[in-house]
Formats: sequence, structure tokens, C-alpha cells
Amino acid sequence: MEGKKKRVAQVLIFTAAVCMIAFGVYRGEVSTVFTKAVNVCLECIGLG
Amino acid sequence: MKLSHEVKRKIIQIAAFGFSNSYLGNLASGRLYQGKWKNFCNPGMNCYSCPAARFACPIGAMEAVSTKPGSAVGFYALGFVLAIGVIFGRAICGFVCPFGLIQELLYKISSVKKRIYKPLTYIKYALLVIFVFLMPALVVNKYGIGAPSFCKYICPVGTIEGGIPLLLTIPSLRTMLGKLFTVKAAILVGTIISCVICNRFFCKVMCPLGALYGLLNKISIYSMKHDAEKCISCGKCSDVCPMDTDPVTKPNSPECIRCGRCVHACPTCALRQDFK
Ligand code: SF4
Ligand code: SF4
Repeated sequence: MEGKKKRVAQVLIFTAAVCMIAFGVYRGEVSTVFTKAVNVCLECIGLG
Repeated sequence: MKLSHEVKRKIIQIAAFGFSNSYLGNLASGRLYQGKWKNFCNPGMNCYSCPAARFACPIGAMEAVSTKPGSAVGFYALGFVLAIGVIFGRAICGFVCPFGLIQELLYKISSVKKRIYKPLTYIKYALLVIFVFLMPALVVNKYGIGAPSFCKYICPVGTIEGGIPLLLTIPSLRTMLGKLFTVKAAILVGTIISCVICNRFFCKVMCPLGALYGLLNKISIYSMKHDAEKCISCGKCSDVCPMDTDPVTKPNSPECIRCGRCVHACPTCALRQDFK
């Protein structure tokens, strides 16, 4: 992909990504991720 | 003394590995780091159940959210991966992924060496869609809760970085060993042997994060250009490529991890990587 089209795609995807992060933070995903990450994940280690 | 590009890249990889896994003291106790960094995702694959890990694994984080009733998609982690990916593409794989470095070290073990059979590289997209996006949200128990399917049934990163250190240090976990662990241990052994024979086998065939970054390689700001006027078609670039791709025909292939070996192998400077 070249030139202008590529730049438009970059801006669109980056904007969508920032919106996704904001929406995720808004609906409390950070605490879900944090809780999962600070406790042993039995599935990850092959026991769950 | 002038350091070669490959040595500089290794230094960056080791620094990134160290920053991602700086709580080494926890390996002896089997306790996980529980500080504020765990609110954030690691750009590369690094299991959050590794006692030394500083960050959350982005794939595990996506799955953790989508397993919750009514959540379906882990927007926070997916947004993070897309934002990083649209800037750097798969340079994350080439420079900062902890498991990428582990695989490069495994490949240094002397053995027969093979290139990848190209159709196998499509498996990672199927794993991304089925095990990371669909199964955690759709295969649910009677309470509507799913399972992080890639972590649970496949991920060898979790087995080696989380499973082995925790099983060695926490005796009560060893009483829970069963069929699932046998399956995951077999996948881990298969992955290790494959990585010794084929450079970055996990990245090429199995990594859902590499699949996402690879899809962004075509549009990422950090990208590669090939100058056909300078190229003498000597093939030196594709000969040195650890990902078995050809930067002349596909400078922005989804397989390219932006390691830069081809750029530095080219005798006529026909390849260039930059932020454009
Ligand atoms: S493909 Fe996956 S494991 Fe390989 S370097 Fe990229 S993120 Fe890491
Ligand atoms: S094409 Fe070049 S930069 Fe990309 S993986 Fe191969 S050698 Fe590295």
C-alpha cells in the first residue's frame, strides 16, 4: 500500500485503537486484566 | 569499536527481556509480581503467570476479558496491540519480544536446520481467530463464562515461563497435574524441538500476536522499501532472512520481523527501513 491511502489507513487504525483502549478502560477491563495478571492463571500453566 | 547491527539488536532484545522480566527474585518463591505495571500489556509474548513478569500478556489479557459474560471482545488489550502495531508492525517481534529472543537462542543449538513450509505459516491466523477471539467468547459454561482457550490448550510460552517455575516452587500445584498439562507439555517439547531446527518456529506458525502485528506490516509507519534500480538480484537478502521471506518481492510481508539482516546484507543498499 502506498502514499496517501497508507496514511489514511494508519490514521484510521490508530484512532480506532485509541477509541478501543478508552472504551476498554471505561467498561472496567483494566481491573479484569490486572486481577488476571496478579494471580496464578491455572489455564496458562496447564492446570486449569 | 563498531558494533554490528545484529549485536545492537541483541542488546536491545536482552534489555527488553530484562525489563519485561525484572522480578527475578520471585522465581525462588513462586510469588507473582503484583504491582501497578500489571495494569499494562507487554508488547511481546510474555506470560503474566511468570513470577518474574512485569506486565500482562496481551493475548491473555484479550482472552481474560472476552471470557466474561457479555464482554465478547477485550478492547483494552486489542486496542493496545493495534496502536503499537500500526506504528512498529512486526518490529516488536524483531526487537522487544521476550519469547522471540528465547527462540533465537534455541536456534543457536547445533542441529539440522530447515526452512519453513510456507502453508504452515497460515496456522497462526486460524489460532488467532478460533482460540483467541471466538472460543473464549462463545464456548461458555452454564454461567456464561468462557475459558482463555489459547492459553489453556496451546500456549507453550505459559508452560515454560509460568508452568515450570511455579510447579518447581509450589508443591500444592503439583497435586493438580493431569491430562491437560501432559498435552501442554507435549506442545512445549514439540515447539522447542521445532525452534531448534527452524528459526522462530513459534513466531512463524503459532503466535497469534505475531499474526496481528504481521497483518499491520503492510500499513505500519515503520516499513521497508526496495529500490529496484539499485538491486542486482544477488539473493543475499533472502539468504540471510530468518523468517524465510524475500524482501525484494515482499518488503512488507506479514512474516517480516524487521530484524534488518537483509538491509545490512545488501551489497548495493537497495533495501531501507524507516518510519515513513
Ligand atoms: S511472533 Fe509472537 S513470539 Fe514471535 S516475536 Fe512476535 S510476538 Fe513474539
Ligand atoms: S525480510 Fe529482512 S528484515 Fe524482514 S525478517 Fe527477513 S531479514 Fe529480517
